[in-house]
Amino acid sequence: MLQVHHLSKSYNEAHVLKDIRFSVAQGEFFGILGPNGSGKSTLLKLLSGVEKASGGDIQINGEPIERYSRKQLSRFLAVLQQESLPPVNFTVKEIVEMGRYPYQNWLGEEKDDQSGIVDSILEKLRLVDLQDRSLQHLSGGERQRVALGKVMAQKPSLLLLDEPTTYLDIGYQIQMMDLIKTWQREEKLTVVAVLHDLNLASIYCDRMLMISQGEAISIGTPEEIMRSELIERVYGTTPIIVEHPVHKLPQIMLQGGIIE
Amino acid sequence: MIWGGAGLALLLLSVVVSLSMGTASLPISQVWGILWHQLPFVGHWVTPDWPVSSEQIILKVRLPRILLAILIGACLSLAGAGFQGVLRNPLADPYTLGVASGSAVGAAFIILFGLQVALLGQWTISAVAFVTGMLSLFIVLRLAVINGKFQLETLILSGVVVQAFLGSMVSFMVSLSDKVINEIVFWLMGSLSLRGWSFTFMLVPYFLIGIAVLLSYGRTLNLFALGERQAEHLGVNVVRTRMIVLCVSTLITAAAVSVAGTIGFVGLVVPHLVRLMVGPDYRILLPVTAIFGGIYLLWADTLARMLLSPTEIPLGVVTAFLGAPFFAYLLRKNKKRLGA
Repeated sequence: MLQVHHLSKSYNEAHVLKDIRFSVAQGEFFGILGPNGSGKSTLLKLLSGVEKASGGDIQINGEPIERYSRKQLSRFLAVLQQESLPPVNFTVKEIVEMGRYPYQNWLGEEKDDQSGIVDSILEKLRLVDLQDRSLQHLSGGERQRVALGKVMAQKPSLLLLDEPTTYLDIGYQIQMMDLIKTWQREEKLTVVAVLHDLNLASIYCDRMLMISQGEAISIGTPEEIMRSELIERVYGTTPIIVEHPVHKLPQIMLQGGIIE
Repeated sequence: MIWGGAGLALLLLSVVVSLSMGTASLPISQVWGILWHQLPFVGHWVTPDWPVSSEQIILKVRLPRILLAILIGACLSLAGAGFQGVLRNPLADPYTLGVASGSAVGAAFIILFGLQVALLGQWTISAVAFVTGMLSLFIVLRLAVINGKFQLETLILSGVVVQAFLGSMVSFMVSLSDKVINEIVFWLMGSLSLRGWSFTFMLVPYFLIGIAVLLSYGRTLNLFALGERQAEHLGVNVVRTRMIVLCVSTLITAAAVSVAGTIGFVGLVVPHLVRLMVGPDYRILLPVTAIFGGIYLLWADTLARMLLSPTEIPLGVVTAFLGAPFFAYLLRKNKKRLGA
């Protein structure tokens, strides 16, 4: 589905990414982890085609990403961003309908009647009661759910997540990740997610890539990545690793340095 | 749809009422009759029972001026909506990229050296103002482009810089001209007097191109409201869209300014006003903005020629004098409604 070969990116003299290599199979949930400034957001910008790589290449479905036009790309690649939507005066339903943009001609029409898509998404995300409300009057968590609805309406086969839970409280974080995971299972969706919460990543990702200072440190399953010495090397803090009592997956517990 | 219909009805009514107003006051029924008589096929239904002079005043003097006012109002408001949409900046107006000051330099130069009819007869000022206006857009774009692409902030700042520079040139030329009543200043404040049909016809193609292109970008501008990155992820070619919308908006602005001078406030206020009425959807916002821009400038011009008749008040003075307080009132009312 997605292959990344020797990818590098530099701005002027600063090398932000160096020789990144990985591939993601169809239907996989792939996490990208790393400390602040490690280059994970830059990596996502390259993967979404917003910025061009300085070296190496990205292939999606066997074609280099530059081959696709912006519109073609948006028919199979969607991005859920960190910041939720701005408080504009459009209704929830209008925003979700905007996700159909890549399939519409200049008059806003689609080949076949696709109005069912938007309605079923509103239902699935429990947005039916809110559909005629203006985005201005919604909370941050609700707005992020609308953003997810818009991304779903794009019907992508590859979904990129850019720390989508950053500004959400724990209730909404789990709700958001569960909605994405369910969607992924139902549609055999490939997900590439930049996450900064290691515990969340461990629960939801099949494999993950740890990067630090623009270089790939390790790729593997949560058990292979969530190791005390690896995390210490990358983050400069030594956590305690425990097994999640229900999911049987590694979780970290932080320990402060000055507590007796 | 409702707003569009209501707007068109109001526009038509405004035209008829405004036609009847002037130094020679004509009854509205007569105005209807004269207009109706001009229509093909149904024109013979009314028999002319009015003096020829009335018909002359209506058709040769007032009607072209009124239509010109509507066209200019529509052009400036459309351009304002385009600028606000693509720059996502509520303070953007058609003059953000320095077109007005560019045109002003050209016009001031011509007036200062008394070349008003030298090159192209009555067209001289307009033609020169149009060229210098577009030239200033070109300079602004050149300044803003770094390594083949431009940042939004750089673009707006380039506009400010170029405007300041050109503005000082205009002031310099104003100070050089030694007439008591300074013609340059009057041009800057805008006027529609003594333009005639030829200028009205000249503006029509610009308006049609402008509204057609902008309307075709209506849905795209809606996505811009969510942010450029969001729009890009939805398949919008952000750079190209921004370029086309800015250039087309500037083109129709330059056309309007070259005919009527720099009429302020229309392009800023009308899109905001219409947004409060019909909501943020550009597919509806753009046509309604054009209609209400036309109405606004028509009434501003009617007041400009009526209030101190026979002296005319500069049009730009009227638009700002009416527009600013009204806009302030609307803003406050809207904020209160939102409870903020």
